[in-house]
Amino acid sequence: MISERMLNLTVIGGLLAVALAALVLDQPFTITLATRVAILSLAAVGLNIALGLGGLVSFGHAAFFGIGGYAMGILAYHAQTYTPLDLGLFTVAGTKSMPVIWLVAMVLSALAALLIGLLALRTSGVYFIMITLAFAQMFYYFTLSWSAYGGEDGLSIYIRNGFPGLNTLVPIQFFGICFVILCAALYLFHRLEHAPFGLALGSARQAPMRVETVGLSPMRLRLVAFVLSGAITGLAGALFADLNRFVSPTMFSWHMSGELIVLIILGGVARLIGPVIGAVLFVVLEHYLGGMTEFWKIWLGVILLLIVLFARGGVAGLLSPRKVGHD
Amino acid sequence: MSLLTLSGLTASYGATPALFGVDLEVGAGEVVALMGRNGMGKTTTVRAISRIIGSEGTLRFDGHDLHGMPSHRVARAGIGLVPEGRRCFADLTVTENLIAAARLGDWSLDRVHGLFPRLGERAGQRAASLSGGEQQMLAIGRALMTNPRLLILDEATEGLAPIVRQEIWAAIRALKAGTGMAILLIDKSLKELSTVADRAVILERGRTVWAGAMGALSDEITQQYVGV
Repeated sequence: MISERMLNLTVIGGLLAVALAALVLDQPFTITLATRVAILSLAAVGLNIALGLGGLVSFGHAAFFGIGGYAMGILAYHAQTYTPLDLGLFTVAGTKSMPVIWLVAMVLSALAALLIGLLALRTSGVYFIMITLAFAQMFYYFTLSWSAYGGEDGLSIYIRNGFPGLNTLVPIQFFGICFVILCAALYLFHRLEHAPFGLALGSARQAPMRVETVGLSPMRLRLVAFVLSGAITGLAGALFADLNRFVSPTMFSWHMSGELIVLIILGGVARLIGPVIGAVLFVVLEHYLGGMTEFWKIWLGVILLLIVLFARGGVAGLLSPRKVGHD
Repeated sequence: MSLLTLSGLTASYGATPALFGVDLEVGAGEVVALMGRNGMGKTTTVRAISRIIGSEGTLRFDGHDLHGMPSHRVARAGIGLVPEGRRCFADLTVTENLIAAARLGDWSLDRVHGLFPRLGERAGQRAASLSGGEQQMLAIGRALMTNPRLLILDEATEGLAPIVRQEIWAAIRALKAGTGMAILLIDKSLKELSTVADRAVILERGRTVWAGAMGALSDEITQQYVGV
């Protein structure tokens, strides 16, 4: 058993150490794997705000991941083809600038989360799960037939987008960007968890009526959390698309939503470092077991089953248990 | 002018009527005792005021009709509820319970700690691990952190040791003397109520059957309606 702070520092420091060791040992593919971990962690940190803090089991976070991905894909596509993006009333130029793409990805994801949240948060339990899934599937089928941007085949971006002062094609530099953003998101999650907003959100999950009687609206708390959550997952989607230099409708698929939930359950729901541990396990299993058998997800399923049955707090809960209060 | 006005208030739990006509007024800075035997509608009246259950009739606070308002708006309007059974946020610490509910105003952590020093001593302790009396203090502190103009205390001393009850009553007296806050009190201790309340309202089977100054409450009436 170790303290939660030590566990957090070990995991995040370990991820950085792996990337730096791979740099020294000239293993660029390992750096790319570490980058994949950082991006998937970021997406799951976003979901963890809704799922972990707010108790909102969103089975449609792929919608935001995909919106972020397509925001990057569409803007970069118009930049690389030197064609303007026609928005009906006006046209805008594409861009290869990462900060601009991130901003667009976050704003669009947040807007989508606002609209989806306004409808979905009126329900709860299995209905909330189904409504969020339905929205993500709507985006999935829309992009599947969106021939202007590749439809089913997706959209390739030939050169990774740029960041001022860095060469993003160098794996360690792109990893650095993703790692810093992940750390910023983890810091935001930590601050949020202990801020009055996060405390009230967590309480609204357990006792919504008590929260109402102290003057806070559980619906509003959940909506803010859902929008924040969507924006962060959208940012991860833009980075994921940049990592692969490719976007396709699979970013919107329910498998993606499921994988994000699996990452959090593996690592530890509502735990700061849970999504990172989950992403590390997922990518390591995907890479090493995936190299041995095509059916590696069966083993992932077995591990998930064991975690759910014997470690309710995920791996983080196993290594650093928390006390839970009851009244 | 009356801060809280209930007139002919009726309410029901599903198809079962619970209030048949409650009349109640609480003026600014006034302490009113809501009395009656068990099951006569005191807690239901409080739940109707806080809009936890729906009601019909007149329900106004500071000139605003509370009907149609969700519970959180009622609390924001200035009604702080300390519900029966304390109902703190069990997983949060004492300080977290207080800051989760905090709104800008005169009440701060330090001021709540001044009223209940025990909460200051147990600032980092989880609410679930507090004694019943400490949880009650926390529930009152949490309501105060919303900076209410009317504080409703529903059975705030029920089930507590005599010494803890005395601490709670001392805090209520301090609130009356030091803040000018209006307080609506439900409690079974007539002796303590008579030292702090300005007026009393008695409910019998969901109706107001007596209202007047605390000093005008005769033994005959308390025996008839309160059973003491």
